[in-house]
Amino acid sequence: MNFYSVRAIYGYEMSRMWRTLLQSVVSPVISTSLYFVVFGSAIGSRITEVDGVSYGAFIVPGLIMLMLLTQSVSNASFGIYFPRFSGTIYEVLSAPVSYFEVVLGYVGAAASKSIILGLIILGTASLFVPLEIQHPLWMLLFLVLTALTFSLLGFIIGIWADGFEKLQLVPLLVITPLTFLGGTFYSIDMLPPFWQKITLLNPVLYLISGFRWSFYGIADVSVAVSLATILVFLGICLALVAWIFKTGYRLKA
Amino acid sequence: MRQLSEDYGAERAVSDGSAAGAERAPERGVVSIRGVSKVYDNGFQALRRVDLEIRRGEIFALLGPNGAGKTTLIGIVCGIVNASEGQVLAAGHDVVRDYRAARAKIGLVPQELTTEAFETVWATVSYSRGLFGKPPNPAYIEQVLKSLSLWEKRNNRMMSLSGGMKRRVLIAKALSHEPEILFLDEPTAGVDVELRRDMWRLVRSLRETGVTVILTTHYIEEAEEMADRIGVINRGKIILVEDKNVLMRKLGEKRLILHLQEPLERIPPELGGYRLSLASGGVELIYTYDAQAERTGITSLLHDLNAAGVRFNDLRTQQSSLEEIFVNLVREEA
Repeated sequence: MNFYSVRAIYGYEMSRMWRTLLQSVVSPVISTSLYFVVFGSAIGSRITEVDGVSYGAFIVPGLIMLMLLTQSVSNASFGIYFPRFSGTIYEVLSAPVSYFEVVLGYVGAAASKSIILGLIILGTASLFVPLEIQHPLWMLLFLVLTALTFSLLGFIIGIWADGFEKLQLVPLLVITPLTFLGGTFYSIDMLPPFWQKITLLNPVLYLISGFRWSFYGIADVSVAVSLATILVFLGICLALVAWIFKTGYRLKA
Repeated sequence: MRQLSEDYGAERAVSDGSAAGAERAPERGVVSIRGVSKVYDNGFQALRRVDLEIRRGEIFALLGPNGAGKTTLIGIVCGIVNASEGQVLAAGHDVVRDYRAARAKIGLVPQELTTEAFETVWATVSYSRGLFGKPPNPAYIEQVLKSLSLWEKRNNRMMSLSGGMKRRVLIAKALSHEPEILFLDEPTAGVDVELRRDMWRLVRSLRETGVTVILTTHYIEEAEEMADRIGVINRGKIILVEDKNVLMRKLGEKRLILHLQEPLERIPPELGGYRLSLASGGVELIYTYDAQAERTGITSLLHDLNAAGVRFNDLRTQQSSLEEIFVNLVREEA
């Protein structure tokens, strides 16, 4: 393991976050707070408890997941796309680093940012609603696994994209809709039976469900299935990244 | 090609044709390229079985027109481009199988000014050192920045620097991990004359520290000015590798061309002591001599010609330039 190389990439990416603090941290926190105000307070005041949890508290895990998924994807995709766009990628390709180390640096940094952000949002949420975390270790496990998996997905998107438009395409057209339809703001019990079945096809549902279970012990699907889903996702992303580096797809001529 | 003619004084004339034989260094160099070809996905063949040995500690200029394959060749050595076939060793390490050891020895300054706009000079150079697996060494980075007149700019963001300064930062980045081999891809493309001369000074000083420098250029003047050896590449093939001094000696050779009144079938035996040849169906007698020598032999030749009864009605001299050799080589290939 080339420790200095991984540290260099990781440190470089993290420094980007501090440099763009407003965009990286403040803006997700503000938008999440807005969700709390609109959904938690305005609409939530008219919704009774969901599975014994106040609506404001119920949406916290979903909102953290929403931010975690979108930020992981956008951070990681931008992190690798920008050097490709500007041409500075030549340096990484000519460095004595293995593919694994490159991924560790870029994806590790993107996942770290998302996790930090998730925890900040958790802190912000606690200002609005009373929170309890029944299974903190599981909560952290889901947080880390999800951040890692979607940062990998972002990395793949950043390699695949050949323009800024494509970079936005997947987060905008796939991740955000799936998250909204995956039970961020509701339990699937609240849906008609037909839509419940459809929603079960949405992989994000399993992530939110597992994450919410770690808070309140309530879940739409079993925790084991949630964990298996995220691990399958992780496996697929790892396989894709391995293929990208093996073939040099969009990196090497 | 226009650039070539413009840049080099269009002083004089004809190639003597001796440039065609490419030298093959028998020993393995610090960079050893063997049978390397590259065919891009779109079918374009950028390199055709290139063999090249770069000697340790030399400055090697790879000269060629745009699109000749220079950057592709560098890309393959540095790990940015995959070769379709062939093998490259850098400092004795295979650049594919043993890429860690090989790449740690190589620094690359790309042709394009690709920099992270928002980073400071210090941060971006330190990053490069870390990326290449070296522990932080602020004293060394300071030394590199000072040697490149960048120390005053160390806290400046890249986007605030001029093109010339950015080029220096790219060199500093390439030197940050103390490489043994430095590739400079068109280091002086688009830079002003003063900076170009600065760059030449810098490259020479690098050589003094033991770094092997390989630079690509399409400025012949640059190759002449700096290189120990010169390689010419065209259409993906190395068509000449020669010591610069040997080339320059060839350049030092001039030819006296006598237009004869009567064509000769062969050179008269009494003139056998001169380097003479016949051309244009025996109408032209060509005498090759060293223009820099103390005695060129012209006077005695003219005397002996007179004695042998060879009459001429016109004469002129010609000298090959590196540019001439290059242009002719490239034209022959085309």
